[in-house]
Amino acid sequence: MIELIKNTKIDFMGKRFIALAFSAILTIIGLIAAVQVARGTANLGIDFAGGTAVQIKFNTRIMLHDVRKALEDGGIKDFDLQDLPTENKVLIRIKKSDSNIGELSKGIISVLSQKYSQGNVVVDSTTEIGPKVGGKLRKDALVAILVATLGILIYVAFRFQFRFGIGATIATFHDVLAVLGIFFIIGKEINLLLVTALLTIAGYSLTDTVVVFDRIRENLRTKFKKSTSEIVNQSINEVLSRTIVTSFTVFLTSLALFIFGGEVIHDFALAMILGIIVGTYSSIFVASPVVLMLGKDKAFGKK
Amino acid sequence: MKKKFLWRISLIAIATILSVLFFLPSTSLVSSLPEWLKKYGITLGLDLQGGVHLVYEVDIDKTVDVTAERIASSLTNTFKEKKIEAKSEKQGLDIVISPDNDQVKKTVQEQFPNLSLDKQSEGKVFYTLNSTEINRIKNFAVDQALETIRNRVDQFGVAEPTIHRQATNEIVIQLPGVKDTKRAIDLVGKTALLQFKLLDDEAPIAAQLPGTVPPGGEENLLKQFAGQVPEDDEILFGRARNRETQIESKTVYLVRKQTLITGDFLTEARVNIDQRYNEPYVSISFDSTGAKLFEQVTANNVKKRLAIILDSNVYSAPVIQERIEGGHAQITGSFPMDEAKDLAIVLRSGSLPAPLKMLQNVTVGPSLGKDSIDAGIKAGLIGAILVIVFMIVYYKLSGVIADFALALNIVFLIGALSAFRATLTMPGIAGIILAIGMAVDSNVLMFERMRDELRLGKTPRAAIDSGYDKAFWTIFDSHVTTLITAVVLYEFGTGPIKGFAVTLGVGVFINLFTALIGTKTVFDLITSRREVKKLSI
Repeated sequence: MIELIKNTKIDFMGKRFIALAFSAILTIIGLIAAVQVARGTANLGIDFAGGTAVQIKFNTRIMLHDVRKALEDGGIKDFDLQDLPTENKVLIRIKKSDSNIGELSKGIISVLSQKYSQGNVVVDSTTEIGPKVGGKLRKDALVAILVATLGILIYVAFRFQFRFGIGATIATFHDVLAVLGIFFIIGKEINLLLVTALLTIAGYSLTDTVVVFDRIRENLRTKFKKSTSEIVNQSINEVLSRTIVTSFTVFLTSLALFIFGGEVIHDFALAMILGIIVGTYSSIFVASPVVLMLGKDKAFGKK
Repeated sequence: MKKKFLWRISLIAIATILSVLFFLPSTSLVSSLPEWLKKYGITLGLDLQGGVHLVYEVDIDKTVDVTAERIASSLTNTFKEKKIEAKSEKQGLDIVISPDNDQVKKTVQEQFPNLSLDKQSEGKVFYTLNSTEINRIKNFAVDQALETIRNRVDQFGVAEPTIHRQATNEIVIQLPGVKDTKRAIDLVGKTALLQFKLLDDEAPIAAQLPGTVPPGGEENLLKQFAGQVPEDDEILFGRARNRETQIESKTVYLVRKQTLITGDFLTEARVNIDQRYNEPYVSISFDSTGAKLFEQVTANNVKKRLAIILDSNVYSAPVIQERIEGGHAQITGSFPMDEAKDLAIVLRSGSLPAPLKMLQNVTVGPSLGKDSIDAGIKAGLIGAILVIVFMIVYYKLSGVIADFALALNIVFLIGALSAFRATLTMPGIAGIILAIGMAVDSNVLMFERMRDELRLGKTPRAAIDSGYDKAFWTIFDSHVTTLITAVVLYEFGTGPIKGFAVTLGVGVFINLFTALIGTKTVFDLITSRREVKKLSI
């Protein structure tokens, strides 16, 4: 058999303090990002902030500054331009909670159609979100994530022990915050699609954590003589091969999406790649240490 | 021995057949399928196939306001008819009548039993719409708006529109696959209030007004003449295009505020072609009440100009040459064919009971949608091939079995989504990726356990069984936690998040099935025939 990893005996728990320091930094960045999202100061997508976004595809080569000038001359104010040069596309965004949505996108399209001949301008997509809707979407996403986390906490606490529930929850939050923080720092847009990516990451991270926990539980039941720390270490080493194989396969898929999946899914795939790395790390270095620190050698009830 | 897993094999076979069957309507074979099957299949979401997603708010407060106004003016008319010396007017949402006497109160009771007496003071009597009545008006307005929009969309011709009510006063409209999105949005959101009003050519200011202004110059003109417009008049604009130069301008009209006839009396509206200029126009017909009204109005106002106004836009203002009988009229204006068609549609389906305010508009052009699907399929295939190859290299024959289970998983997932008639969106695909990733993981978990057991020196048969048993609870726990997430997200999430939750939830269920029945059956088949000495894992 081919084995990537053979009988490892890495002392993961011994390195837990270094890991926790690292995680703390990631989490703090994530929390800052979360606060900025809540305040609406982060680079929020139109779906969360409200406003107008129009993506135009040009059939001939265009210069970005020409587009900017055309829009300014056309009386469009406070817009953001972003271009996808490889595909000759331009994304125009206006983050304004204008009460009269519906007019802005028409204005942008007609200005550009006049400047470049009509046949040259293809409207790829238009998104207009009123301020009320943006706020509601943001709130709904937040409530959904919080309730889901609570459900997981309860289930894991019920199937394992309370401290395991806490460990799983902290690890999941850690991963979501870490990816959110990285996106915040590199200035990527935070939108609903990123939220789905974060949820997917939370799902993976959770599975990963449960797998490790399962082995810890099993070993706690059968190996009474060892200390919890030793058992946790042994369990992580035992499932390490599985952890890496699984992460690798998901990583492959995400990489394929990242490279070939097209513009819409590009950021989603990037979040997934980051999430898999962080998620794998967290089930070893976050979830398990938390369990270890919360309970001191408490005997696991035999069922 | 064979009998033991015969039912499992048949279960897999039946599930496969059903999956393929349910998915068939989504393929090009759809036309040759029986009727009962046609309704299944996967629909692509707006983000994938292009289309329009709109959310409108019905301005219900305005409707209540308009209703109060109408009651007040209707009462004034009744008093006039009954020769009662009384005046009725609207104040806020109250209807105030003076003087206060029994005759007045009796009339109100008869005509509007739903009005409740609020207070009496200074010889006036105050009536108000009670809250049940207000709610009824609001509800009715939203229902009517919904119905009107449905009518318009049906006549516009959209394959599978979704139009429904959300919260108390919001209307969600989804028009998948619409190519001319701008036209569709215009058609849906138009209030389409058709009014006939007289022009006021006698007012002194009428002579001072310019004939036309360039497009965009409307506001300036209104500012310039503010304060000079007589109280009963207003300035409205109409679009005009020079036939030779094709240059557009705005014609300026001074219109009397009083509405003589509305579109409520229309029975028919259709597009015709003017032979002389080869331009389309819309011919309309009134019902008998409308026809009588129209005859009366034209008879009383010969040589005056009558403006035909739709949502504050003057389409034309022809001079009334003579009394017009029969209730037919024409709406002309410099509009292209598409616009004439849409005008006829909105006139036929009637006006909206209240203005709509756009809350959300997500429009995806057909090309972007197609690009997304193409890229998505390509990336998905590449990803799948990478994983399949990796599993075979790493787990050899067992890897082949895992790939088989994976294929089954995808077939079942597509089948289940087809059976539920799910709509597949981008977040939905994310859910599928997560589910399939978990399917791979289930196999990896089992295989790693089996390897552990083999290392302990167990026989292949025993290693398979105990590997399964030990991996079972891990797989179960991870799937249940994911299922909890999916259910909660479905319950609390909106739009895209719901789409994610559906595919994830369905995927997790199917995973449990294939992980516990699919792979195991193949292993059992291999080991049951003969004593296997070595497991290819």
